[in-house]
Amino acid sequence: MFEFRGVDFMEFDSLLSEEELLVRQTARQFVEDRFIPLITRHFREGTFPEELTAPIAELGFFGANLDGYGCAGLSNVEYGLVMQEMERGDTALRSFVSVQGSLSMYAVHSYGSDEQKARWLPRMQQGKAMGCFALTEPNFGSNPGGMITRAVPDGDGYVVNGEKTWITNGSVADIAVIWAKVGDSDRIQGFLVETDRPGFTAVDLHNKLSMRASTTSAVGLSNVRIPAENVLPGAKGLKAALGCLTNARLGIAWGAIGAAMACYDCARQYAILRTQFDDRPIASHQLVQAELADMITEITKAQFITLHATRLKDRGRSHHAHVSMIKRGNAAMALDVARRARDLLGANGITDEYPIFRHMCNLETVKTYEGTHNIHTLVLGSHVTGIHAFT
Amino acid sequence: MNIFVCVKQVMARDSVLRPNETGTWAVDDGVSFEMNEPDTFALEEALRLKERHGGEVVAITAGPARSASTLREALAKGADRAIHVEGNRYVESDAYATAQALAAAIRREPHDLVLTGLQSDDAGFGQTGVILAELLELPHATIIMEIDASGGQLRCKRELEAGWFQTITLPRPALLTIQSGINKVRYATLMGIKRARRKPFRRYSPDELGIGEPVHQRVRSLYQPRQSKQTEFLEGSSQEVAAKLLNKLRFEARVL
Repeated sequence: MFEFRGVDFMEFDSLLSEEELLVRQTARQFVEDRFIPLITRHFREGTFPEELTAPIAELGFFGANLDGYGCAGLSNVEYGLVMQEMERGDTALRSFVSVQGSLSMYAVHSYGSDEQKARWLPRMQQGKAMGCFALTEPNFGSNPGGMITRAVPDGDGYVVNGEKTWITNGSVADIAVIWAKVGDSDRIQGFLVETDRPGFTAVDLHNKLSMRASTTSAVGLSNVRIPAENVLPGAKGLKAALGCLTNARLGIAWGAIGAAMACYDCARQYAILRTQFDDRPIASHQLVQAELADMITEITKAQFITLHATRLKDRGRSHHAHVSMIKRGNAAMALDVARRARDLLGANGITDEYPIFRHMCNLETVKTYEGTHNIHTLVLGSHVTGIHAFT
Repeated sequence: MNIFVCVKQVMARDSVLRPNETGTWAVDDGVSFEMNEPDTFALEEALRLKERHGGEVVAITAGPARSASTLREALAKGADRAIHVEGNRYVESDAYATAQALAAAIRREPHDLVLTGLQSDDAGFGQTGVILAELLELPHATIIMEIDASGGQLRCKRELEAGWFQTITLPRPALLTIQSGINKVRYATLMGIKRARRKPFRRYSPDELGIGEPVHQRVRSLYQPRQSKQTEFLEGSSQEVAAKLLNKLRFEARVL
């Protein structure tokens, strides 16, 4: 297979500025040179290439769209392009960067005190402190408001008890953003919990068939005592937690395009090189061309709607329902492209010699995390009718 | 040390190229552009010399408006400022015209070292650096693999043929053309890309530099390589045929 040079059917790049193109180039080259050679083995072994943490930080990928504290201060479009390239490599890489920047650092940046920001953000940007974001619980996924983790005031601090699961980077994190109900109220609040505090445990979830190169943990909080200064002052209510997710979700929408591009590009090249029936490339067959035509059409549509939605965000005109639309649409599109691409490779499509099946497995997760496909359907339904249909 | 690095913007390596209407260059509409690969090694070498010895790295190009993005990339990677001699005439220009534009701009400033890539990925003259040295009246050396600037002079390792190298010493200022692959080129960091916007960027028109339009070379025609198939039956005994085949593989096909 040839070097990945992007997918641009309809002069998408003509809508990007010089800086946006440079940002994408850095991300694309890094993924091609440093990540692609490693991913097959790490996916097989269920590990993340941790040696990449330092170069990822040095190049500025952590918290890249935040301002100050050593962060690059990218626009959301530039950040989206980075996310696209990361997930062109693997969903695990995009999630690794996205959980650090868009969830953990974003929570501190948006809701933290000046002291918390000064203490954590520079180290997190440099990859010297890793973060995780713990909202989901074993019995509360789509309905996070039902959470049972509690932080009970005690002296000059809190005692936290509860269980969180599906926490990306849980066991590698130095600092966890924990969402809990306060005292015996239903009021949800965000806290910073250092992971070396007594009573904090993180156990990795194994045997995943998707996102195998990503570290996913179950986090236990058993009488974890934290001082009052660990309260994230601005992180009040479920709305604050969901704000972080809306921010990260934009990256997922872009990432899904990257995964779809990887699958399409691989299948297109394969179809041109692979010959059957009288030594003709399978790309000369009408049914194969129909698949490729459908794929490129859907990818192109996703590129333009996602760029527009993100430009709206850069102009302060974004609505969370816009983000729901592109996350939902792009994840479903990418999964469909991956399945069709896998078909075009025939038996070769199921091996890990090609990236498609790996992406396909990953995209099953992308479809249902940070708001399942169905939940986003209800967000859109509610937005266009004014009627909630969640319960 | 004031280091000038000459960079050129060329069509991306895997572009699908076709001749333009006049048959003198390739259609560049819809093609993506990148920094000439050999120049990326020259830029990297300049940045490393600056890191070791201090000073300033100035990236310079002669090219059409679009080539500003290649200078921007050099700034993002760490060059301190950029100079753009802007003109559409430099799209199809010969090595002399390009060298003349670069020389006119570089001559105006103090320079200790001028670096270029060995050659360009598009025209591939391999002459621009050498002519530039003559125009600037600088000593030069080509195909440089290592530069030691720790003394007052430049001690350089040059690649010769067949695995031979030459070590030469040049006074400063001098011009060196850099062999590809001698270093590991850095990525532009995201912070570097953002900083690049605030770095000095000087544009010159050829008129401002007092450059006329000398044309020493003109492309008469440019065409796609023609595909052809030829079959030749080798005759003789098996030994003779084997010998002939070996000869052909070695000297015609050059696969052995």
